[in-house]
Amino acid sequence: MALLSKKDAQLITDPLTDNNPITIQVLGICSALAITAELKASIVMAIAVLFVLGIGNVVISLMRNIIPSKIRIIVQLVVVAALVIIVDLVLKAFAYELSKTLSVFVGLIITNCIIMGRFEAFALANGPWKAFLDGIGNSLGYGVILIIVGFFRELLGSGTLLGYKVLGDPIAKTGVYAFGYENNGFMLLAPMALIVLGIIIWIQRSRNEALIEEH
Amino acid sequence: MEKRTDKNSYTILFAIGMVLVVGSLLAFAAASLKPNIEENKRIEKQQNILYAMGINNNDEGSVTFVGKDVVADEFSKYIKKQIVIQGDKVTEDVNAYLIDVKKEQTNAKAGKTRKLPLFIGEKEGKTFYVAPIRGKGLWDAIWAYVAMDNNMVVQGIYLDHKGETPGLGANIKQRFFMDDFTGEHLMNNGTFKGINVAKGNADPINKDKTDNEVDAIAGATITGDGVAAMLKSELKQYVPYFKTLKK
Repeated sequence: MALLSKKDAQLITDPLTDNNPITIQVLGICSALAITAELKASIVMAIAVLFVLGIGNVVISLMRNIIPSKIRIIVQLVVVAALVIIVDLVLKAFAYELSKTLSVFVGLIITNCIIMGRFEAFALANGPWKAFLDGIGNSLGYGVILIIVGFFRELLGSGTLLGYKVLGDPIAKTGVYAFGYENNGFMLLAPMALIVLGIIIWIQRSRNEALIEEH
Repeated sequence: MEKRTDKNSYTILFAIGMVLVVGSLLAFAAASLKPNIEENKRIEKQQNILYAMGINNNDEGSVTFVGKDVVADEFSKYIKKQIVIQGDKVTEDVNAYLIDVKKEQTNAKAGKTRKLPLFIGEKEGKTFYVAPIRGKGLWDAIWAYVAMDNNMVVQGIYLDHKGETPGLGANIKQRFFMDDFTGEHLMNNGTFKGINVAKGNADPINKDKTDNEVDAIAGATITGDGVAAMLKSELKQYVPYFKTLKK
């Protein structure tokens, strides 16, 4: 017997491909633009969202029958905010270095619309195990796109990957810079993130025409 | 039939209960973790001051502080004297490094004379004067520890920020940016000029140490301007003290 039933496995694999939160549902764009100037930040953000969405989805799912529908959005916000703040405090006390790297992401996680979107669309209507898988799947789908965008922006914008100078030294003119190559500083600015994202969306839809929306 | 959870009374009770539970949970977490967090911050300050003096475990390209276990010993070994400058008065204070620069800035705005901490360190026969400073970046606070010699020539700097953009403004705490400051002059022909974070690439390899300029980071104009403004307005206040050293 497989570890996960077919339906459960789909909860994880769908958001990775044909139901990707960024490229298909167009959620979480703000953070995808803001922090993908370097690969490391993209990876850190992907892990942070994985953590928050996995746990948050379970918490909301457990509470789904007692949450008053009139204030459910507020309840969801409180759950995310409380989770993120507690994690931040614990990190500050026991893993100070890590918390300094993460500090800027804390605010971005709370406002990430993927989290609210999954709470609203999935966790409120499904059991905790399914909600957990859905959270993991969606944050992985989010993370994959973030890492692809971060990879190209850092490589073309700074000529580095994870801080390593993979294309040579731009000032000492070694590596590809010896042949007159220049870093494209525009890649570091948010508009280029949008364009890279657009290219990903284009490629994905041209490979699977069923994804093209009809108007 | 109306569901139980749709009733107004239930909604209000739920909201009150939620606020109480979450509020006390957060308050409990914050209070019980506070001593650890404060201790971490104190250690970080000592590490930052030592870093500016060039006492660190850097390898090529990395920023690595001295270990947490040895920082207290190293700090008392290298920092010979901690002083507080308040107007014309200079007093010694072994806990000057715990002075909250932010609070002093607010006090100064309210018309009080600001306490300016300065840490005097010695390494290999050379004397370093390390000043903690604070300013504004694009999104939030930025701060720095600047080690200078008695002519106000920068010997090392440690820059940090609360929430600058990763990959852009956040790079002020990378080696390539911080190392540029080493050797730069803050004075120009006897008057204080500060160090400008300049765009336009007049001197990208940073050979000219007396031009009062370092190369800016692309895409981080406002953070860079914040660094320049901070160096200028904050270190200016130390000028009278450095003048007395010459006499």
